[in-house]
Amino acid sequence: MEPLLDGIMREDGLTLTVAGRWTGAHAAALERLVDAAAAQAAQARRMTIDMAGVEALDTLGAWLLERLLRGASGHAPQAELARLPERYRGLFEEVRGVNRRPPTARPPLNRLLAGLDAVGRATVGFKDDFLAFLDMFGAIGAATARVLVHPSRLRLTSAVHHLSRVGWQAVPIILLITFLIGCIISQQGIFHFRKFGADAYVVDMLGILILREIGVLIVSIMVAGRSGSAYTAELGSMKMREEIDALRTMGFDPVEILILPRVIALVIALPILAFLGSMAALYGGGLVAWLYGGMSPGIFIARLREAISVTHFEVGMIKAPFMALVIGTVACSEGLRVKGSAESLGTQTTTSVVKSIFLVIVLDGLFAIFFASIGM
Amino acid sequence: MDSAAENPAIRVRDLVVGFGEQVVLDHLSLDVRRGEILGLVGASGGGKSVLLRTIIGLIPKRQGRIEVMGLDLDRAGHQDASVVGHRWGILFQQGALFSSLTTRQNVQFPMRENLRLSERLLDELATAKLEMVGLSPDDGDKFPAELSGGMTKRAALARALALDPAIVFLDEPTSGLDPIAAGDFDALIQTLQQTLGLTVFMVTHDLDSLHTVCDRVAALADGKVVAIGPMAQVLASQHPWVKAYFQGKRARTLMSADNRG
Repeated sequence: MEPLLDGIMREDGLTLTVAGRWTGAHAAALERLVDAAAAQAAQARRMTIDMAGVEALDTLGAWLLERLLRGASGHAPQAELARLPERYRGLFEEVRGVNRRPPTARPPLNRLLAGLDAVGRATVGFKDDFLAFLDMFGAIGAATARVLVHPSRLRLTSAVHHLSRVGWQAVPIILLITFLIGCIISQQGIFHFRKFGADAYVVDMLGILILREIGVLIVSIMVAGRSGSAYTAELGSMKMREEIDALRTMGFDPVEILILPRVIALVIALPILAFLGSMAALYGGGLVAWLYGGMSPGIFIARLREAISVTHFEVGMIKAPFMALVIGTVACSEGLRVKGSAESLGTQTTTSVVKSIFLVIVLDGLFAIFFASIGM
Repeated sequence: MDSAAENPAIRVRDLVVGFGEQVVLDHLSLDVRRGEILGLVGASGGGKSVLLRTIIGLIPKRQGRIEVMGLDLDRAGHQDASVVGHRWGILFQQGALFSSLTTRQNVQFPMRENLRLSERLLDELATAKLEMVGLSPDDGDKFPAELSGGMTKRAALARALALDPAIVFLDEPTSGLDPIAAGDFDALIQTLQQTLGLTVFMVTHDLDSLHTVCDRVAALADGKVVAIGPMAQVLASQHPWVKAYFQGKRARTLMSADNRG
């Protein structure tokens, strides 16, 4: 039955008669009833709540009645429950003790101050990010030095396992994507260069662009998204489940055991993937030049040989291990910054990918300046 | 009492559950009466948690029938099934609190989704539940990662009780607690069971809990319930595993301490 709360005001005070089911299922109706009764009770000097007709009662119902009683107790010294069925007595005693002390509320910040606060925290956070990166970079360096002194401490099995995951298993998708990008660059080049009869120079553009920049950049970005995010999530969930603390207390260095093999795997895998990716892109470009541009493969290869030198290839390949180092360092340091919650795991994984892609592009720019100044 | 026996809170008949080749529960039958605290014991890996998870529908069964509050969940429509979902509360072994919500938000979550309440009432009720399980109102603003083991169990119990369920499933509620905290927790469950009229289905290894709070104890061995009844009756069972469990060294020490005390 729907819950009811009938109030009868007499000169000796207010009598409220409770009936029906006072449970969570009728929560919205109950709240309205009790609010209406509270308005009535505000004028009464005496209040009695007659409980004889109640059919069902749960914590919600009991609390609403308790709140009504408490609200009235200020001005009506005699506010009481009458004819309460025995089975609900315990529940009321339980409810009587709760909500006596409101939780300490944090004072709301001034909006301007809150804005300044956010800016300040972001600035400090930027410094912390940088320090965390340097810290991880140093820890990886130190672990590498230890491993060089005692080569037996290198986790070779682990490194090979990760090499298989981030290298071997990434080959198909890297080949596919770089192949398609090679096709697109070639098609666009031929289409636009043809307008002024320069479509033969597509080969020069393809060769230089892919070998110097696109090959390594696309592959680095893909590896950051594919393997960097996996590293962050793995280390982050290990951090959440205290596995990293367990390692540390057993006297092992998590950097040496977990992070170094991962970074080594990445540093080995990325140049290989960048090489394969560049080849696939050139292949795709050549294919489109042949099928769409009508340039036979023989001519394409001959022109390619004239257009590019080993230097272009070297420039691309030299960059690859540094990109890998940046991705690995960022991914691992973000992984170790995961806190207890699932949300923080998501946040750190996003941060890891965004930050490594950003740093890869910045690094590429620095390399461009460097190679230009040494004439490569 | 008769009506309670005829119309149990949970009725399990002929339940078979297995993974691959392995059969974990083998034609198991069990009744949980309304308003009782039933303790389920069994060897580690013996299928206690599997039984609990099968009853609440997390593990599919191979055959058999499970009725909760008289409703067969296989035959029930989506609507009925979700109503039953509001009538039970589950305390998982590790708490399973939502890590990105505060403790108060965890308790409010089922209320917010299922009941139409004002923010004020939501806050008051969440605080009430937290206080009923022995946490302070200020603990409500903490995140699960900031709670101790005992507090996590209490917060998880508060969430399990959020909708005033008729049945509460507890998966090893006192594991990982010190004896004092475990005793407190047992007393808390008993108090809440009495005040709220709960039916409690408790998987436990804690001999103290079995002695002090359980109305009946069911022993699970070889995929079946081999003994069920009040503690004294289960102790008298001649089943070899039950004898080994309750008359092993640790159990005997505890019992003799009980007798002396």
